[in-house]
Amino acid sequence: MSLFRDRGVVLRTMRLGEADRIVTLLTESHGKVRAVAKGVRRTKSKFGSRLEPLSHVALLGWQGRGDLDIVNQVEVIDTFRAVREDLDRIGAGLSMLEVVDQVAQEQHANPALYRMLVGALGALAQANSPMVSPAFFLKVLVLEGTAPYLDGCVSCGEEDEALLVAFDLLEGGVLCRSCRRGRPLSPEALVLMRRTLGGGLAGVLGEPRSPLTDEVMTVATEAMEIHLDRRLRSVRSGTLA
Amino acid sequence: MPLYPGPLQDLIDEMGRLPGIGPKSAQRITFHLLKSPAEDAMRLAQAIVAVKERISLCERCFDVAEDTYCVICNDDRRQTGTICVVEEAKDIVSVERTGQFSGRYHVLQGSLNPIEGVGPEQLRIKELLARLEEEDVQELILCTNPNLEGEATAMYLARLLQPLGLSVTRIASGLPVGGDLEYADDLTLARALEGRREIGNA
Repeated sequence: MSLFRDRGVVLRTMRLGEADRIVTLLTESHGKVRAVAKGVRRTKSKFGSRLEPLSHVALLGWQGRGDLDIVNQVEVIDTFRAVREDLDRIGAGLSMLEVVDQVAQEQHANPALYRMLVGALGALAQANSPMVSPAFFLKVLVLEGTAPYLDGCVSCGEEDEALLVAFDLLEGGVLCRSCRRGRPLSPEALVLMRRTLGGGLAGVLGEPRSPLTDEVMTVATEAMEIHLDRRLRSVRSGTLA
Repeated sequence: MPLYPGPLQDLIDEMGRLPGIGPKSAQRITFHLLKSPAEDAMRLAQAIVAVKERISLCERCFDVAEDTYCVICNDDRRQTGTICVVEEAKDIVSVERTGQFSGRYHVLQGSLNPIEGVGPEQLRIKELLARLEEEDVQELILCTNPNLEGEATAMYLARLLQPLGLSVTRIASGLPVGGDLEYADDLTLARALEGRREIGNA
């Protein structure tokens, strides 16, 4: 039972009762937080747009005895306006929120995940890069301890790039021609994924949309779905792409 | 756990399934009905039956209706060239209260919500497209909620409809009357500034 101050990104909101909302946030030092925001749906609400999904906010909350905390005050750090006013980027942003909502634990701080999410949304606000969400998915897999192995065949150790032709997250990464399982992978996509995880992220984000970035998006989405054991609805509903 | 006679327990269970009503409220409402005069309770029962039997969706705009078409679609005095697109039938009532709109409506029956898996197929968008030609529509007002889902829906519709050569407008967004700048959030205030207009000297 105490007041707490934290920063967080709003992941999703749910209607509650007449004018309230349950807001799910990923906070920096309290992990995933579910809190009631009273009266947000009224036009004259003091919270206004601050508690919409995608918003990066500083909040003052009250942690009660139950599951749900109460939001007392909110200030906006960044609304990522460029993201929320572009249909493609909303889709990419929401898919990242969905992944974070699945991965993050309540009562368990995960500052690295928080920083990655804020960074990824910032990158998306700066430029409509098709690689932001796939790169984010891959990086989340690394953070979760299920980094895909891309240096050689996970089954036999073959390192010749020309022979690495398939990808299967259940196996743990790329596979060579003789051990292949999972889905086929083009050599260019492998290079792009290696650059993403190997420190070349800034260059990767500059890639224009192409069949190649679409391939990496598909691979990263499938890998994330295998890890979560669940479909990513925001990607699959195909609404916004 | 106290066990009530069958019919009483059934009613408590049914009440408890209504939104916002917990087990205690369900019990309280049930006992209130039990104590109240028979005709009051019967009126409630009949009202529920009447709603389920007589109310359906308007075949044109998907507003709630007693006939094939809703009251607004049946009204000859409404202009036909303008359609106001809303998420829910409840929103029509809000817009009607302003008295500022005299065209017809189209109820989408929800808003795009990718995280919950609601895509364009789940909304009445195909039906809206069909109406555009049929009714010779010149202007479409996108009157969805100014939240993330409503904005996404408006942007999706704008992208879909603008190439068709009709005027697609979005309701303005800004500060509520009686509000206070000090407490306005950044996004709303930024939009209010963008949407400013010359003050008329009428």
